[in-house]
Formats: sequence, C-alpha cells, structure tokens
Amino acid sequence: MRRLLIYAVLLLTVAATLFPLVWTVSVSLMPVAEALSDSPKLWPDSATLEHYRDLFDRLELGRYALNSFLLAASITALSVLVNALAGYAFARLPFAGRDALFRLLLAAMVIPGQVAMLPLFLLLKQFGLINTYAGVIIPGLASIFGIFLVRQYAQSIPQSLLDAARLDGAGELRIFWSLILPLCRPILVTLAVLTFLGSWNDFLWPLIVLTDSRRYTLPVALANLMGEHAMDTELMMAGAVLTVSPAIVLFLAVQRYYIGGLMRGSVRG
Amino acid sequence: MEFWAFGGEGQIARELAVEFEQENPGVRVRVQQIPWSAAHEKLLTAYAGDNLPDVFQLGNTWIAEFTALRALEDMTAGFEAFGRSGDFFPATLDAAVIDGKLRAVPWYVDTRLLFYRRDLLAQVGYPEPPRSWDGWVEALRRLRESGRGAAAFLPVNEWQVPAILALQRGAGLLKDDGRYGDFLHPDCKAAFEFYLRLFRENLAPAASAGQIANFYLEFGRGAFAVSVTGPWSPGEFRRRLPGLPPRAWGTAPMPSFDDSYPGLSLAGGASLAIAAGSRRKDAAWKLVEFLTAPQQQLRLYRLTGDLPPGKTAWNDPALTEDGKAQAFRRQMERLTAPPKIPEWERIASRIAACAEKAVRGEQTATAALETLNREVDEILEKRRWLLEHGR
Amino acid sequence: MKRCNPAFWFVAPALALILVFFVLPVAAALALSFTDFDLYALGDPARLRFIGFGNYRRLLADAEFWTALKNTLYFVIVGGPLSVLVSLAAALLVNHRLTPLKGLFRSLLFLPVVTTLVAVAVVWRYVYQPRYGMLNHLLEALGIDSIDWLGDPDWAMPAIILMAVWKNFGFNMIVFVAGLQSIPESLYEAAAIDGAGPRQQLLYITLPLLAPTFLFVGVVTLIGHFQLFAEPYVMTQGGPANSTLSIALLMYQQGFRWWNLGYASAIAFVLFSIVLAATVLQARLEK
Repeated sequence: MRRLLIYAVLLLTVAATLFPLVWTVSVSLMPVAEALSDSPKLWPDSATLEHYRDLFDRLELGRYALNSFLLAASITALSVLVNALAGYAFARLPFAGRDALFRLLLAAMVIPGQVAMLPLFLLLKQFGLINTYAGVIIPGLASIFGIFLVRQYAQSIPQSLLDAARLDGAGELRIFWSLILPLCRPILVTLAVLTFLGSWNDFLWPLIVLTDSRRYTLPVALANLMGEHAMDTELMMAGAVLTVSPAIVLFLAVQRYYIGGLMRGSVRG
Repeated sequence: MEFWAFGGEGQIARELAVEFEQENPGVRVRVQQIPWSAAHEKLLTAYAGDNLPDVFQLGNTWIAEFTALRALEDMTAGFEAFGRSGDFFPATLDAAVIDGKLRAVPWYVDTRLLFYRRDLLAQVGYPEPPRSWDGWVEALRRLRESGRGAAAFLPVNEWQVPAILALQRGAGLLKDDGRYGDFLHPDCKAAFEFYLRLFRENLAPAASAGQIANFYLEFGRGAFAVSVTGPWSPGEFRRRLPGLPPRAWGTAPMPSFDDSYPGLSLAGGASLAIAAGSRRKDAAWKLVEFLTAPQQQLRLYRLTGDLPPGKTAWNDPALTEDGKAQAFRRQMERLTAPPKIPEWERIASRIAACAEKAVRGEQTATAALETLNREVDEILEKRRWLLEHGR
Repeated sequence: MKRCNPAFWFVAPALALILVFFVLPVAAALALSFTDFDLYALGDPARLRFIGFGNYRRLLADAEFWTALKNTLYFVIVGGPLSVLVSLAAALLVNHRLTPLKGLFRSLLFLPVVTTLVAVAVVWRYVYQPRYGMLNHLLEALGIDSIDWLGDPDWAMPAIILMAVWKNFGFNMIVFVAGLQSIPESLYEAAAIDGAGPRQQLLYITLPLLAPTFLFVGVVTLIGHFQLFAEPYVMTQGGPANSTLSIALLMYQQGFRWWNLGYASAIAFVLFSIVLAATVLQARLEK
C-alpha cells in the first residue's frame, strides 16, 4: 500500500516535471495555428516537420548551433585547465597567504556577477574584444566555484603519491599532468559538463558582446527569432526543441558523473 | 559593407541588397536582420562597442539621440546630390533634420490609424467608421453590448495611442524647448482621462501586446473589432488570414477630438543613416541612394506595406487604387511629430509605463501624470545642464 | 610570493583572469557609481560629471527602485523557501527506500536544470497563455476561473516563481540527496527498534542531521534569488505594470538599455549590499 502511494507520487512528480518539455516537442510538430485552437491539444492531428525545415533552411539554425558548440567546447577546454591548475595549487602546493587568498575568493562569490558586467563591456571595448568570440570566452574562464570543486577533490589525493613522484624527480608540471589530472578525472568531468552546459545555455553575455548576427549562439538566435515570430507558437517551439535537446542529450549521456560530482562537491561544502 | 534593417524591412532587405549588388559589381552588402523590439537597444550597444554598421535603418524618433551621440554622418549635401529632394514630402524630410542638418534619408513613413472590422461595426449600426471621439466611444459601447467579447484592443504597454490623443487635444507633451515635461497641462489630462475611460468602461481589455497570443488571428476571429495600428498590418492580415474577405475589414483615419476630421496622428517612419565612423562611405551612399529611389519605395510598399515618403511613388496605381492605403494617404495630411530630442525614446517608455499603471488602476490619472512629469523632468536634467553649458 | 615557487605558475592564470575581468571591473563600477556616466558621456567625455552620492540619493527617491526592491523581496521570501521545500520533498521522494530506479528518477527530475532558459521561456509563455495555455485548461477542468498569468500584475510574480521553482529545484534536490545519504543507516535502524515511526524518524533524525545542508542550500538559494534576472527578462521584461521588475533587471535596463552606466552601477552596489547583509544575517540565524 505504501509502495503504491510512493509510486503514484513519484509518477505524478515526474509527469509534472517533464510535461512542459514533452509538450514542447508535441507542439513543435503541429501545423501552423493548430496550437492556438480553443480545445487543448496534447498531440498534433497530423504531425509535420515543416517548422524544423523552416528553421534550418530559411533561418539558418544550423550555423548558430555550430557557433554554440564551438564556443562552449573552447570555453570548457580552457576553463577546466585554468581552474584545475589553480584548484590543485590551492589544495596541495603551499605558498605564502594561500588559505587567506582562498577565503577571499570564496567571499567574493557573494558579489553578484552583474556588478562587474557594465565596466567589463567598456574594458573589452578597450581590448578590441567586442563582437569577437574571445570577448565571450575569456572573461568567464576562471571560475571560483570551479577552483573550489577541484580543490575539494584534490585534497583527498594521498600525499604518499605526490611524495613518491617527487622522489622520482618529476617536476611539478609533470606531476600535475600525468598524475593529478588522471586522478581528478571524475571531478574534472563534472566541471567540464557544468561549464559546457553553462556556456551552451548562456544568453546574456553573448547577446551583449556579439553584434554580428552570423556569430550568434543558439539562445541569442532564438531570442532574436522570438522578437520576429513570437506569434508563431509552433515555429518557436521547434526552435526551443533544437536549443534544449543537445543539452539534455549531453546530460543524459554523462549524468552519472555529473550528478555524482555535484553530490560530492556539495557534501564537503 | 554592413547594413542593418529591422523587423519586416529586415526580412526583405536581403532581397533588395541582391539587386543592389547586381547594379554595383564589386560591392558586397551583408544584411543583418534585427527584431524591432530589440533594435534600439542593439543600436546603442553597437554604438557603445564601436561596432555600428555602415548603413542602418533608424526609427525617426531616434535620429536626435544618435545625432547627440555624434554617431551619424551629415547627409545634407550628399542628399542634395541625389537631385530628388523635391520628391519627398517636406514633413518626412523635416523629421530627419536636426539642428538644420539632414542626418538620415527617409526610407518609409508610417503612422497609426484605425483598423476595424467593417462587418462587425455594420452589425451594430456603423456602416462607416466613427469620425469623432464621441462616435468612437458610442460604437465601442454598442459592440460591447452585442456581446462578442472585447470591442477594441489597444495594447496597454505602448505609448502611441495616449500620445496621439494628447496631441489631438493640443498638448505639447514637453515645454521650454524640451527642457521640462508638460504632462500636467489640462489638455493632456483631459486626453488621458478619455483614454482611461476606454478601459474603465470595459471597451478595451487592460492587456498588453504580448498577452494575446496572436493579434492578427484574434482580429480575424472577431475577438475584437477595432484597433489602432500601422501600415505593416494589412500585409499581415492578408498573409495570415486568407479566409478573411477584404471587405470584412477596413482602415480609416483617426477619429477626431473636435469637428476637424481626420484627427491628428503621429508622424512615424524610419530613415537610413550612415555611421559617422564608417570606412566604406562611398558604397554606403550608393546603397542609400538606391534604397530610397521611387521604384524601391514602391517595392518596399508591395513587400511590407511600408508607405513611400515620396510623391512619385504615391502616384502609382498600386497605391492610388488601394483603398486601405488611401486611408493612410488621408491620415498623412494630418500628422504631427513627437518632440525631436535625444531623450525621447526613454520618455516614450515612461509614458507607456505610467499609462499602463493608470489603466490597471494602480494609480489615479492625476497621480500617474504627476509621476510621469517628475520622471521626465529628471530624465531631462542632463539635457538642461548641457544646454546651459553649451556642450 | 617567492620567485621560484612553482605554485605561482599554477594559480597565476586564474588569478590574473579574476583580477582583470572581475576585480578591476567591480572597482570601476564603484567609481562609475559616483558619476553620471551616460550616453552623452559615451559620445564625449567632456559631458561627464562627478556627482558624489547623487545616484544613490536619486535611487532612494526612485519609485521604480522601491517597486523593484519589493518585487525582489517577494521573490526571495515566497520563492526561496518554496524552492527549498520542493527540493527537499523531491529529495526525500527519490531517496525513499521504496523508490525503484533511484538514479533514473533523480536524473529525470534534474532535467529542467540543464535546459536553456530562453527556450523554456517559449514553452512557459505558452503554458501560461490565458486562452490557449494548458494551465488554464487544467484549472477550468477543476472548475476554477481562468487566470491571466503573465498579464495580471497580481499573478505575474507567482507565475515567475512557479517557473523558477520548476527550472531550479533539481539542483538543490541533488544537494539534499547527498546530505540524506551521509546520514548513517544505523541511526534509522536504531530508531525503528525503539519504535519510532516514519514521521518521528523524519522529525528527529533526518531534519536535524540535514542542518548543515540546509545552511548551504539556504545561503546559495538566498544569493541566487536576490539576483533574480533571467526569468522576468525572458518572460515579461519586468511587466505587467512593473510587477516582475527585479533589482537586477532594473540595473540591466538602466545599464544596457539606456546606457546610464553611473546610475546602473549604483543600483548594482545597492543590490550587493543587500545580498551581503542578508547572507550574513541568515548565516547568523541558522547558527
């Protein structure tokens, strides 16, 4: 009986959570104006792919998807490296004022990112980085949260391993590259997925920095499309499906690492 | 060369650009399409980032702003060289003149007027659209009583309709050469009271444009019978509502506050500007000349419904024989332009915000206008300081 | 730092980036907040004025700022606890010993977190659509009058809260699950032997032992909720009648819409002070 109740609540919760996502797919397959009919439709009478065709052929969504992917991939690669280096050093390499500096960084997380946004724009203008991918990539590379995650994980690496490597005469960089990175793989995967999804979904900063529409990312292009086609519900839904599904696929593929990493990070925090 | 165009114009700009490229071998035009709702913000961001395109469409009410930013090329002499200045309606050229210099070349004009369902109005005893404010209210009352839903739809988050009504009453909106707001003027107050009455009497729902799923579809379904919108709408109606016979709806000039009909409406439209920092000015000039030629004005009208700013185009049968366009022609005789000051876009957004508050009953008419006036005076503070110090 | 310490080269890239792209802009924002930097000044630096605390004084007299503060507090006070409760309930559910396929359900409930906000805004605007939206159809079926979710100033913020809870609860749910799994199973076994029912176990074992998790979740949620921006930006642009205008959104509008960088910076620092004060207060209270 209790088992039945749990099952019922579970199913209901999952259904309510997933309904908006599933419904998006369904509406995106409806012909024009079917979504705006007085009786609610859960499923199209006859499914059509015309909106997807429209998005790819006329509205060039493929180009934006490629932009998004390349941007997110480069941000992820660079940012994981930068944060892994720093996180490891904060955990295992002693230097003067290390812990005070780390506490300072943690305290800085209270500062809302928006505070820095306005002058950051002027700064990037000075550097000539407005309307470039570098302007999107560079400012967000170092993440205090990322450093924190790696530091937590690196603290659990046995000191004996490090000592042994040093005895063998390995340099610090070599230790980092061939010992630490492999050992930290789980948390680095978590961090990579977190970063990738974060930049895939990021909207505001690319919107401000990228003026040229050929450089737009998928979310920016979608928002642009919304300004023009807000009334074309079915078309917008198809755009939403295309934007969201890569993120969902990626997440489902690596969910074990990702959620596991988050759980580890949060327990120690 | 970079060319930015907005909304409906953006969609067809690529087509126009291709033809331009054929006529001008060696020039490549890259067209960027931006939704109207994001256009102003996008242009300012581009300006702030030193990234303005060579040629761009500019809403007429923004010309003063971008002139103050020193972002626009002086087009006075270059435009004379086109040899077509006589063809443009003087009022449309005037909209692009700031401090005696032409800052952009008119591309099309627009104004807002009455769109109505002829069939539904006829059913309640109005075969002809109302000509006065009183007639307007009466027609809407009868529509409401006929019980087919809302009578009118006036998006509460837009500044144009309250501004038009105030201008009709003779209010100036600003005073002292645009140094202070003038929204507490009795004429402005009276017009605002009238505007609010339309909502208080349930003649129009207190809804914003985003709140109805699809404006055109709802008009076609008769969810409302009257609205005030612009020249881009007839094309949308034809395209989206193939089942709605052309006889079923019409356009008419704005009803008037007094006996003078048509009533005043707002002079709007967009012009083409060249960025002061452009490095491809020769090609930019060619593109502006090409796009503003009479045959291209006509083409723009056919593709988007945008009204030509020149006389030649208006004498074409495409326009003279289109009844729905002729209402615009008549309305164009009775236009007035909003104040030409750099702060106008911000002021307009305050008008919309304060009007919305009053419509939704969060503030009385008087309180809303007082707030508006105070906010506008504050926005204009810098302008007063600049004028005083000659900067 | 010693010249030869290799640690320097490890932290240098991250610290340099943080210094140039975060610390420096924050300092610049503080400086800007004492000027009237705007479009005019952007066009010609001679049109810039140093105005001391003028922006802050103006802010206190700005009705829009107070509206934004009120809305933000509404979102924090109603939306914050609601979000935490939903997360906790979901965590208890997916972590229940009778729940099958725990990993699968955890991931499914986590899905909204990884979606793109701009995209799900499209869906939610449709869900909330007064005439064709699913939510009103559902209410109608239950005999409740339909609600103009995003159009009625009284309902717009609840609509934003509901959507934000949906989008974000998965994250805190995972944190809670981690906290739950760190509670030793033996405690429950001992309690069961002493005759404690599920309710008592929840009240006397689970919740007290989750206290550190609560603190973490509470602080993170609080900070996040004070920065409310993206949801109203994509759903309502702050409307109707400013009923979903948040402080961060006001700052964005003043900054990137009107380019009043001085005024916007002042708003940013006021927001920062409020977040800081609230965080300290909450940390004190929970200890």
